[in-house]
Amino acid sequence: MSLLVLQDVGKEFGAIQALSHVDLTIQPGEVVGLMGDNGAGKSTLVKIIAGNFPPSHGKILFEDREVHFTKPVDARSVGIEVVYQDLALADNLTAAANVFLGRELKRKVGPFSFLDHSAMNLRTAELFGELKSETRPDDVVRSMSGGQRQAVAIARTRLSKAKLIIMDEPTAAISVRQVAEVLDLIRRLREAGIAVVLISHRMPDVFSVCERVIVMRRGLKVADKPTSQSSPEEVTALITGAKEAA
Amino acid sequence: MNHALPPASSRDDVSGFSNVGRVRWWQRGFFASQTAYVAIALVIIMIVMSVLSPAFLSPGNLANVAKNFSFVGIVTLGVTLVIVTGGIDLSVGSTMALSAIICAMTMQAVAGTSLDSIPVLGMLISLGAGLATALAVGLVNGLLIARAGLSPFVTTLGMLSIVRGLAYAVTEGRGQAPTGPDVDLFYGITDGNLAGFPVAIIYLLVLAVLVGLVLHHTAFGRHVFALGGNEKAAALTGIAVERVKIAVYILSALSAGFAGILMVGWLGSAPANLATGYELTIIAAAVIGGANLTGGVGGPAGAVIGALLIEVIRNGLVLAGINAYWQIVLVGVIIIVAVLVDRLRTLRLTL
Ligand SMILES: Nc1ncnc2c1ncn2[C@@H]1O[C@H](COP(=O)(O)OP(=O)(O)O)[C@@H](O)[C@H]1O
Ligand SMILES: [Mg+2]
Repeated sequence: MSLLVLQDVGKEFGAIQALSHVDLTIQPGEVVGLMGDNGAGKSTLVKIIAGNFPPSHGKILFEDREVHFTKPVDARSVGIEVVYQDLALADNLTAAANVFLGRELKRKVGPFSFLDHSAMNLRTAELFGELKSETRPDDVVRSMSGGQRQAVAIARTRLSKAKLIIMDEPTAAISVRQVAEVLDLIRRLREAGIAVVLISHRMPDVFSVCERVIVMRRGLKVADKPTSQSSPEEVTALITGAKEAA
Repeated sequence: MNHALPPASSRDDVSGFSNVGRVRWWQRGFFASQTAYVAIALVIIMIVMSVLSPAFLSPGNLANVAKNFSFVGIVTLGVTLVIVTGGIDLSVGSTMALSAIICAMTMQAVAGTSLDSIPVLGMLISLGAGLATALAVGLVNGLLIARAGLSPFVTTLGMLSIVRGLAYAVTEGRGQAPTGPDVDLFYGITDGNLAGFPVAIIYLLVLAVLVGLVLHHTAFGRHVFALGGNEKAAALTGIAVERVKIAVYILSALSAGFAGILMVGWLGSAPANLATGYELTIIAAAVIGGANLTGGVGGPAGAVIGALLIEVIRNGLVLAGINAYWQIVLVGVIIIVAVLVDRLRTLRLTL
C-alpha cells in the first residue's frame, strides 16, 4: 500500500501554469526531500496535497483511495499535516493555544464546555520536551525566536496522529543548532512510522535525512531518485536546469 | 546516533531552561497592559475629583455616573468582541435606538389585547421583539462582512445610517413610551435598584464576567482572539471563521439592543435620536481600555474601565460647570492620548 499517490496532477492560476503532469508516490514512513528553485511549484504542490485548493486536473490517492480535498480540514482528517513556510501561527496567543488551535481540549461543566488549560499546557510541554525545544507552553508567540516558532508549528502536527507531515522550509529561518534539532525530529518521526515531505533549499539537510529526493523545475517533476544514487552536485544541476532530467 | 524519544518532560523541566529570557510578572499579562495603567489613571482622577468637588461622591451623583457608564459599558463589551477579531461596529448607537423603539412600540401594540390576561407575557414579547431587532441588525452586519467579504467599517457605517433612518421612519420622529399592565415591572427591571445599586451596573458587571469567561475559557473565545491575531492561520486550522465573525457582530448588536432597552427605562421613553453618536464613545471606551483596533487584543476589564474613565471625566466637566460641547472634544482627546501613551510604552519596551 502506498501512502500518497499523485497522478498527472496539474494546477493553473489563470494563465500561469504552476504545476503540470506531476506523478509521485510516497510510502509510509518515508522521508522525501522536495527541492526546486523559487517558483518551481513546491508550495503549490504542498497546498494541493494539504487541501488548500483542488488541482486543476489529475488524481490524488491516499492509502489507495481517491480523495477530493476541498479544505485543509479534509486533508487533516485522513492524517496529513502541514508546517507552512509562513508559519501559520497567531502571534497574540500562547504556544499551547497555537498548538491546540481549532482542536482545543475541553472540560464539561454541566451543559457548558470550558477550555482545559492545564491539560493543554501539560501536553504541549510534553511535545516540546520530545522536540527538545526551549519553548514554554504559556509563552506568547509574539515574543518567540524563529526556532521556537518552528517548534510550535511542528508540535501542532505531532498532536494529531498524522501519517504524513509536510514541512515547507522548516529550517529556513532558524539557528544552526535548531536546524540540527529539526532534522533530529524528522528522524524521530520516521522511526515512529510517519512519512515526511521536506521542502528545503539546504542541500545538507536533504542529504542527511531524506531517503529520496524529488526535484521540481517550472512546474514539472524533473527528478525522483534515492539520495544514495544522487549527489548535491547533480541535484543542483537539476534545480538550475544545467541538467535536464534524471 | 541516539534516536530514542526522550521521556515526556514535566512542566518544571521545560521551564528549567536558563538561557531563555523570562519576562517578569509585572511586564506580562494584565500588569503590562494598557488596561492596567488606564485603571491607575482612573483611580487617580477619581481621588482628585473627590478632593476638588465634594459633590462627586454624593450618592445621587454616583448613581448618575453608574447608570450613564453602564449603558456605554454594556455595549463596549459587545463591540470589544468585534474589535478583538479585527473588525469594527459603528452601527451600535443606531441599534440601541431601534431596539428600544421596537420594544416600546411592541408594548404599546400588545397593551389592551387579550395578552394582558397573562401576566408578564406582553412585556416578554416586547423585550423579545427589541432584542430580535438587534439580532437581525447583527446578522445582516455579520453576513455582509463574513460571507460577502465587505469591509466592517463601510458595512457598519451603512448600517448606522440605515438603522437610524428606520428609527425615525417607524416613529415618525415621535418618542415611544412603554405602556401596558407590566409597565411598572418594566421600569423595575430596567431602571430599578438591587441591594442599593442601579440594576444597569449589575447587568454590566454580570455581563463583563460572562464575556471574560467566554473570551478566556471557551474555544469560541480563543477563536475570537485567533481571528484577530492571524485570520489566515485560524482558517488553516479549521476554525469556522465565518461563523465566529457572524457571532461577534450578533453579540455586539445584542449588547446594543439590551442597553437601548435599559435606556428606555431610564428615560421613560424611546426617542428616535436615542444614543445618537454613542458609537464613538463606545469605540473610544474600548480603545482607551486597551482593545487594539488592529485586532487580537482586548477584554472585558478594559471595556468597563474605559467606559468608566470617559464617564468620570465627563462628569467632572459637568461638576466644574464646563459647557457640554467641550465633552465631545475631550472624548477625542482622551482617545488620542490613550493610544499615544500605549505607543510610547511599547516603544520603550522594545528599545
Ligand atoms: N495563488 C496564486 N496565484 C497566482 N499564481 C500563483 C499562486 N501561487 C503560486 N503561484 C505561481 O505559481 C508558481 C509556483 O509557485 P510556488 O508553488 O509558490 O513555488 P515554490 O514554492 O516552489 O517557490 C509561481 O510562478 C507562482 O508565482
Ligand atoms: Mg514556496
